[in-house]
Amino acid sequence: MNDNNVLPLFIAVPLGAAFLIVLLGKLRESVSDLLAVLTTALLTVFSLYTLTLEAQIYRMGSWAPPIGINLVSDPLSTLLLIIINGVSFLVCIYSITYMTGYTDKPKYYSLLMLMIAGMNGVVLTGDLFNMYVFLEIAAISSYALVAFGTEHEELEASFKYLVLGSVASSFILFGIALMYSATGTLNLADISNVITRNGLNSVMTFATALFIGGFGLKAAMVPFHAWLPDAHPSAPAPISAMLSGLLIKALGVYALIRIFYSVIGVTATYSTILIVLGILSMVVGVILAVGQWDFKRLLAYHSISQMGYVMLGVGIGSPLAIAGGLFHLLNHSMFKSLLFLCSGAVEYSTGTRQLKKLGGLWYRMPVTSATCSVASLSISGVPPFNGFWSKLLIIVGAVQAADRFGPWAYVLAAITVLVSFLTLVSFVKVQRYVLFGGLSEKLQKIKEIPAAMCIALIVFAILCLGLGVLCPFVLKSLIDPARDVVLDKAGYIGLVLR
Amino acid sequence: MAPYILCSIILLLGVYAVVAKKNLIKIVIGLLIIEYAVNLMLVLVGYRSGPAGALGDAPILTQASQETAHFVDPLPQALVVTSIVIGLGLTAMVVALCIRLYEKYGTLDVLLIRRLRG
Repeated sequence: MNDNNVLPLFIAVPLGAAFLIVLLGKLRESVSDLLAVLTTALLTVFSLYTLTLEAQIYRMGSWAPPIGINLVSDPLSTLLLIIINGVSFLVCIYSITYMTGYTDKPKYYSLLMLMIAGMNGVVLTGDLFNMYVFLEIAAISSYALVAFGTEHEELEASFKYLVLGSVASSFILFGIALMYSATGTLNLADISNVITRNGLNSVMTFATALFIGGFGLKAAMVPFHAWLPDAHPSAPAPISAMLSGLLIKALGVYALIRIFYSVIGVTATYSTILIVLGILSMVVGVILAVGQWDFKRLLAYHSISQMGYVMLGVGIGSPLAIAGGLFHLLNHSMFKSLLFLCSGAVEYSTGTRQLKKLGGLWYRMPVTSATCSVASLSISGVPPFNGFWSKLLIIVGAVQAADRFGPWAYVLAAITVLVSFLTLVSFVKVQRYVLFGGLSEKLQKIKEIPAAMCIALIVFAILCLGLGVLCPFVLKSLIDPARDVVLDKAGYIGLVLR
Repeated sequence: MAPYILCSIILLLGVYAVVAKKNLIKIVIGLLIIEYAVNLMLVLVGYRSGPAGALGDAPILTQASQETAHFVDPLPQALVVTSIVIGLGLTAMVVALCIRLYEKYGTLDVLLIRRLRG
């Protein structure tokens, strides 16, 4: 196999699988299980294989870059590819048992595959309009997946998500139209080139504002977060894990990082905007989370808060802070997916996710409880779990930024520590009400979840611990190359337009 | 300048409909108006009356010649076709959701469709 031929497969394989699963799923439902797991396993292998390769581009139809569409895999894209495909694989394993509670599994897997194809496309593409198309593929399938239960709440959440999401998509497309009118090209590297040569004019600045609004909504940054606390808890648990662990990252945070760092170039103003968005999301998200009594809604608010950390790290823009932000992106996809899968396991066994109705699950569901504890410790930033290291990097990065922000740098660091503490508080609450305490009458007969679901939970828990213990190795092999890409705008232009 | 102002006005009309209207179908119509404003913008961006060079040359024919000088830029038209297809998928999805919501709640008034809080 020629090396760079692997890139289109990240999009073609799940797209093909989406159609095959619906067709063959009609024969037998277990065929769709098998196909979904095999497809995502294959994609995980591909993404690990991509890690061993140099940065490379694939030219669709052999058109040279400023004209044709090209797929680019540099270390930043590779990091996201590994997260997306790895988490999808575990989620598929978990879905085999969990989704038996719902009708029509083949359609579920088919939508899931479309979502994976969309996210892989967003991460790989080097073309602005192509990015919009893949974003819409992922977004439309996620609207359908949120509504998959077709009950009152699911439909309402999905409608809300769809209206806000499609307004955001339209804003992004409007921004793309303005960008094209101002630069005369859609290729990310070529736009970057034009901007480096001519500077930003007012049309481009307006397009940038539209991008912040549009992608900010996809990333659930705070003024644009209203859809997330409804959409994430309403979806089936594996989909909550996908939405929270992957979708807001690939569609929102990755796109913002790519457009700001590789294309437009981060000035002091944009840096401040990203930091303010990050801080707002962190604080508002965690404060709203502490008061929640619905397990999944609590987790959803924490997603907003933790995405704020990533935004803050990226916004500060020093090498250390960006590395912290990207590492937190990786870590968040692990522990938040695990937490959502745990909440799904609790709901699967007990039929409720209201914290006040639960309690004492430690005695009945040891695997779920143990993995849930690991994830809670990770998200609260307790050493040696992975969340600690990324938060530490972001805090140190914030303190080091004192030469640019003056005393504000210490305020940023202090807020970061405070939010981390509030996160711990709210997860102590989860532990207290779900895992410990007395077992209520109704819950005496509950059982541990089936083995296939346990496997996914255990692998995620091992990854949480492993990424923490092997932190220096992970930083060196995965995060640092990605950080270098973020900081090296000219390198990206050179890679694509060489 | 005119196309920017025209499209912005249509876009904002759509946003107004999404934000202020209470009926699900009117919200959907608002979404469609936003989408059409963006599509119109894309088409108008590709238009040029004068000689080539102001907006860059049409792709593929990299050398502008006497013949291509008055061609409109074909790329935005290709983009609009794609965007219309995406819009079709989105509309089908949202109308299907509206039908399901009407079956469950028996109303299309967004003020009455609110079980989720917080």
